Amino acid sequence: MTGQIEYVVEARSARDVLDEGPARRSVTSHLRRLEAESIHILRETAAEFRKPVMLYSIGKDSSVLLHLAMKAFHPGRPPFPLLHVDTTWKFREMIAFRDRRARELGLDLIVHTNHDGLSQGITPFAHGSARYTDVMKTQALRQALDLHGFDAAIGGARRDEEKSRAKERIFSHRSTAHRWDPKNQRPELWSLYNTLLAPGESMRVFPLSNWTELDVWDYILLENIPIVPLYLAAKRPVVERDGALIMVDDERMPLGPEEAPRWRSVRFRTLGCYPLTGATMSTAATLPEIVREMMASRTSERQGRMIDRDSPAAMERKKAEGYF
Amino acid sequence: MSYHEAPTIAAPDAPRLDQHDRSTLRFVTCGSVDDGKSTLVGRLLYDSKTLLDDQLDALASESKTVGTTGGDLDFALLVDGLQAEREQGITIDVAYRFFATKRRRFIVADTPGHTQYTRNMATGASNADLAVVLVDARKGAITQTRRHSHILSLLGVRHVVLAVNKMDLIGFDGDRFAAITAEYLTLAGQLGISQVQCIPVVAPEGDNIAVASARMPWYTGPTVTAYLESVDVTGDISQRPFRMPVQWVNRPHAEFRGFCGRITSGTIAAGETITVQPSGRRTHIARILTPGGERDRAAAGESVTLALADEIDVSRGDVLTAGPAPLVSDQLAAHLVWFDDDAMVPGRRYMLKCGAASTGAVITTLKHRISIDTMAQESATTLDANQIGYVHLSLDRALVFEAYRDDREMGSFILIDPINHRTAAAGMIELSLRRATNIQWQQLAVDKSVRARLKQQRPCVLWFTGLSGAGKSTIAELVDRRLAEFGRHAALLDGDNLRHGINRDLGFFSAERMENVRRVAEIAALFVDAGMIALVALISPFRSERELARHRVEAGEFIEIHVATPLAECERRDPKGLYRRARAGELPAFTGIDHPYETPQAPEITIDTSELTMEAACERIIRYLQEHHYL
Repeated sequence: MTGQIEYVVEARSARDVLDEGPARRSVTSHLRRLEAESIHILRETAAEFRKPVMLYSIGKDSSVLLHLAMKAFHPGRPPFPLLHVDTTWKFREMIAFRDRRARELGLDLIVHTNHDGLSQGITPFAHGSARYTDVMKTQALRQALDLHGFDAAIGGARRDEEKSRAKERIFSHRSTAHRWDPKNQRPELWSLYNTLLAPGESMRVFPLSNWTELDVWDYILLENIPIVPLYLAAKRPVVERDGALIMVDDERMPLGPEEAPRWRSVRFRTLGCYPLTGATMSTAATLPEIVREMMASRTSERQGRMIDRDSPAAMERKKAEGYF
Repeated sequence: MSYHEAPTIAAPDAPRLDQHDRSTLRFVTCGSVDDGKSTLVGRLLYDSKTLLDDQLDALASESKTVGTTGGDLDFALLVDGLQAEREQGITIDVAYRFFATKRRRFIVADTPGHTQYTRNMATGASNADLAVVLVDARKGAITQTRRHSHILSLLGVRHVVLAVNKMDLIGFDGDRFAAITAEYLTLAGQLGISQVQCIPVVAPEGDNIAVASARMPWYTGPTVTAYLESVDVTGDISQRPFRMPVQWVNRPHAEFRGFCGRITSGTIAAGETITVQPSGRRTHIARILTPGGERDRAAAGESVTLALADEIDVSRGDVLTAGPAPLVSDQLAAHLVWFDDDAMVPGRRYMLKCGAASTGAVITTLKHRISIDTMAQESATTLDANQIGYVHLSLDRALVFEAYRDDREMGSFILIDPINHRTAAAGMIELSLRRATNIQWQQLAVDKSVRARLKQQRPCVLWFTGLSGAGKSTIAELVDRRLAEFGRHAALLDGDNLRHGINRDLGFFSAERMENVRRVAEIAALFVDAGMIALVALISPFRSERELARHRVEAGEFIEIHVATPLAECERRDPKGLYRRARAGELPAFTGIDHPYETPQAPEITIDTSELTMEAACERIIRYLQEHHYL
């Protein structure tokens, strides 16, 4: 893995279907099938669990998930709150967007931070991404689920993201210690989901399992779903570190003597904690441009995620420990 | 060939562009361990150029460190993503992968070949339109090939690609290929798999995967990719009558009441008449809300919300229907694929889930088991894990369904073990064993309310649950005596006493304990019907069974009393000496010692006899009954 930054000079746009706009019938029917399946899953979750919650990470997948939840229960509201696990290292634009969306949609938003981790001074710079992720994301999520007694947590993970994700069920069982046991998953046939839980056990639910990254972007375009502006290219202050472009989002980021932030036209393919999320050089400033750029890209979206690189099977191990 | 280079195929020039303009084919790969399924899937991903540079970089480096191909690209690593899978070089669980070519997009479920994980193969097949069955050219069709093919046929997969792999290891022998093909076609014929395409391949090197192999000029048929791109698997579920299982009742405010679900077959339009099953009530559709807004019409596959013209009773698990009536029955015949490591024994209780409905179910008879080697039906008393059988089921209540061959969604079910919550089996409904049309209770002239009035009392069940030695029977007896003083008619059903009579055929294994509880719940319900107050003193360790007993009577007629004496105290008292024997290992599966007791979550009354005397406990119950107008 070289981690090289790829600058897409020219989107291959031989058949530029996007110019036809959201009226493309066949795309629409494909997305409508995915939409119908996801809505079915969301309704099953609401019907079968005592106290479900939707994890809202503010990213593009979360935005799609939230949009689907609004549709699934229309004209009612989704019968579950949103939970955001705030590491305190998210991009500022993300937090502003989160609060605005929850307010606009009139939804309950629970924000949880691992204050133990905070008081121990855990930061992505001082403690490395693995330890930081464990304390501020995995442990924080477990704390939040236990604190509120949620028995089902809906998340926006997709099977095309990563190899161990590809193995995960739509309704994915977690032990009382929030552990995922990949060798002992419940068989999941047709659209029948075994949702029974013993006390203290919980379920992670993934309504977007069968979506691809391109589907997500197509759907955002088709439905005009609001997303955090960080996905669109703009001039932002970045430094190059370990082969990744890291945006200096606030004054907490320690800079080396060689590291003077430069204003470059960048955007993000995934959003996480700003010190751990690499930007891509890009001039794609509109949704159609993003989709076009994406289709021509030769790297996967998680390529910019530092935390996937900790070790082989890093994601599987984190999931076994309770990470989403 | 460098791994960044495009393979020399009649290749999609820019496969990721515009990939959404094509239909989607869902297929499953199956076959025995080491037949090369994961390698084939990896090769398909590779040849379709779905893989991105960083993924190819990772594959190249992992092939060197954990690969099994001597440093060449190990395509299996693309799908065998779990650590244990890499350690053992096998596939444990289904991986769902996505790729696209010029003509089509694909969702492939790469499933395990290992016998131990057959349930995962069935999982992948349940949503597949087509299966790629791999065989090792050196071995031909073996037991696992037959088992998987049988499951495919049961699950209604009618299209199969037989990929005869490792042709290089038999010197590209066309005669051997023909022999394997002939043998498999005979099997497919027996199983009713109508469409089989046989293709000789070498998965790691890509022969006949995306490119016609120069090494097998005698083969003139399509490549795997070409066949998958062109095969027509459409069946028209929209031509079937309208069916929609109700998932969720949406009632955000007084002006709106809608029924949410995904239409499994047919179409529906605003204004059309529908029937609610199993109640048989009729009304018509007032409004159709879809994710795209309000519409006049909706069709199979769509998730919608339907508002009805009349305020009739509809709840989750009911099915909205139009046209010919579906099957409604509590007696079914079905094919089962047994998953659980605990063998299937007729008489045990399971939870059956079909569509949005769930109910208790008992497998009454195992009619036959399939011998995988001969496909013959053989008589048997049990089904072990991965075996296939044909059974009769008796359900606690009538469900709405269709035969599986007509409708996959309405004809399929799973069985869940109520104790450990494992998915024990997958079922495909063949037929109803009872005339479906009119299931109505005999309306009795003298009903419960008449009897209750005659006795001048409010019938109910007082269900005492708790550990052995907690004091259930003692308190129940005191309550019984007090009720007599009030002039009330009660009956005391004591677990131990019933085991001398109606339950004397039952032992203490989980299944028998469950049957014990079920019978007592039925008897208690009959007493309530007769206008009596039934006192039940029974350990009844499982929440699900107590819930079953609660639902056997009407709301407000079931009072759960948790006699919550701590285990240490019960063990100290040990009135029957049972704890001592359990500790000595003489009584296996003793509740509280090596068998779980599930504490009630919201009992009407909780009593801790380490704090209260038996008499005080009795008075507390009497006071509850007075305050809640039972006395």
